[in-house]
Amino acid sequence: MKKTYKIDVDCANCADKMERAAAATPGVKSARVNYMALKMTVEFQEGQEESTVMEQVLKNCKKVESDCEIFL
Amino acid sequence: MNRKQKDMLRRILISAALLVCLQLISAQQFSTIDSLLFPGAGRWLRLALYLVNYYIIGWGTLKKAFKGIMNRQVFDENFLMAVATLGALALAIYENGDYAEAIAVMLFYQIGEWFESYAVGKSRRNISQLMDIRPDYANIEQEGHLIRVDPEEVEPGSVIVVQPGEKVPIDGVVAEGSSALDTAALTGESLPRDVEPGDEIISGCINLSGVLKVRTSKAFGESTVSRILELVENAGERKSRQEDFISKFARVYTPAVCYSALALALLPPLVRLLFMGLAPLWGVWLYRALTFLVISCPCALVISIPLSFFAGIGGASRAGILVKGSNFLEALSKTDCVVFDKTGTLTQGVFEVEGIHHSTMEEEKLLEYAALAESASSHPISRSLQKAHGREPDRSRVEDIREISGAGVLAIVDGRQVAAGNDKLMKQLGVEYKDCHSVGTIIHMAVDGKYAGHILISDMIKAHAKAAVAALKELGVRKTVMLTGDSEAVAEHVASRLGIDSFYSRLLPGDKVEKLERLLAEEKGGGKLAFVGDGINDAPVLARADIGIAMGALGSDAAIEAADVVLMDDDPLKIAKAIKISRKCLGIVYENIIFAIGIKLACLILGALGIANMWLAIFADVGVMVLAVLNAMRCLLVYKL
Repeated sequence: MKKTYKIDVDCANCADKMERAAAATPGVKSARVNYMALKMTVEFQEGQEESTVMEQVLKNCKKVESDCEIFL
Repeated sequence: MNRKQKDMLRRILISAALLVCLQLISAQQFSTIDSLLFPGAGRWLRLALYLVNYYIIGWGTLKKAFKGIMNRQVFDENFLMAVATLGALALAIYENGDYAEAIAVMLFYQIGEWFESYAVGKSRRNISQLMDIRPDYANIEQEGHLIRVDPEEVEPGSVIVVQPGEKVPIDGVVAEGSSALDTAALTGESLPRDVEPGDEIISGCINLSGVLKVRTSKAFGESTVSRILELVENAGERKSRQEDFISKFARVYTPAVCYSALALALLPPLVRLLFMGLAPLWGVWLYRALTFLVISCPCALVISIPLSFFAGIGGASRAGILVKGSNFLEALSKTDCVVFDKTGTLTQGVFEVEGIHHSTMEEEKLLEYAALAESASSHPISRSLQKAHGREPDRSRVEDIREISGAGVLAIVDGRQVAAGNDKLMKQLGVEYKDCHSVGTIIHMAVDGKYAGHILISDMIKAHAKAAVAALKELGVRKTVMLTGDSEAVAEHVASRLGIDSFYSRLLPGDKVEKLERLLAEEKGGGKLAFVGDGINDAPVLARADIGIAMGALGSDAAIEAADVVLMDDDPLKIAKAIKISRKCLGIVYENIIFAIGIKLACLILGALGIANMWLAIFADVGVMVLAVLNAMRCLLVYKL
């Protein structure tokens, strides 16, 4: 299960940090951030509720980059 | 400019103006108010004013740095800038010296951040605009009025109206009207294409002259334009080695510089104090350490590499070349072996009469007899005869058509006995025939039992095929190979005419994969193998190659799906162009990597030696970033390649 979200982030390094934070969130199989297109593609692990996982992803991203946003 | 950018710009301007004003008043002038108030009042006032200025420009960064520490994300650029400027400020307070430096560093850092955000936003918009072929609406006729609807709501099989100047929103077939279409946004080809009722029409083209009524054949989501947009938008997800390298580098670089800065602040003074018996000069070494921190922000690197690839992919798609990811752009630049499928790639896949030889009657007449004799067949060969003849065959002139399987046809045309077929047929009839020295499908003709000449039919080689092979050679492609299911004679003919190094003929689709694997095994030294096909029956081969290039992909979903690089039109010259674009882009990427890392390292060394001051450090950070971004944008300029 893959889903793409629109994001907002100010710098390329910060986008990189978001990617790592998202990928490390439980329930996420892999995550890719495309800084130029301002998009995050998240692949979920089997049987995970997307919305709850994404809330956690957003929380983790905010932790590493307080100025970022994911439009859920 | 968005709200954040406007806000930051305002702060930058206010802070800069305030800084200039404060600089005009010297510390001595401030001391003059001491006599009016209390001793030291001037010094305090001066400090307060500078602090206010520092607050205006640096508060956001301080807050972010603090949050970072709270979240155990210590080493980011906010932290670096906060430490560097606070450190410089502390030094200045201690010496009642130059506060301007700390504020200027923060000011320039913010200008750099602002510029980065602005430039990236701008180029993001530019590139998306280039690729913006998304139609916003579709026109539907209802009770004599045209109404605009969301293209997603249009069901396949509905009739939509496309007016001149509008984009075709959905794939379909022209039901009424004729017009010229501008396909430049899809193919990079500037020559308009004419369409008439019955012609297929592809979404994303722009209608130039007449009103068209189009019966849609697909839903919006399945239409060409949606598929292309999806492909281009997702292109950034497959990252190249350079991008991965840079993000790994940035991860190591920042902490490394931070620890070096700490070492620089502590070790030399301690060594001086304990072992050399000299004054420790804490202030000097602290200043050098702070300079170090300013240089250490990795942003120039981290931004310019993906930006270069993004611009390269954007520029390529403008030229009708869709690249599915920056990793493929990277692979493309290393192509040293190009394998072609013959039919549909180097040749048009359309059979045409190429010549009439040894004819005993008027060539026109011979062709007419052949077309009439074959008139009952729907085989591509017979169709090519009809086409060359140019008139609808008059069936009433033909009677008694007998097909002899695997040999040809016998028929009575205008009362004369006509035989049209291959050498087997001639042998069966006992007619002496002349072999043809050209390669292709040969139709021998016998009229009234006597040999009347033969017609040569062959698959036409594409106009640019030869130039395309030559262009690849010029680019240093080591080897060109052609794979085909056709006979050896045809394969040899095509290969030698185009200057292709080697060919394999009589291949079944499965054999093609096997041959390709053997060729892949021969690749060495990091060279990449590209396979070019039309995507119709070579999807497994496209998938197996290092780079699968599908051409003539307009309207072919299978090709868009299977390939890594999609050429929107079927011009083989685009292969060389794609390689050129990839090389230019990769060249810029390496320039940026070397330039940015080089300048940073040079400045770090100069900083450690005490030659570089904060101002140079700011250039190393902001200046390099600006230059790298501008350089990255050159990837968009691919027209002249």
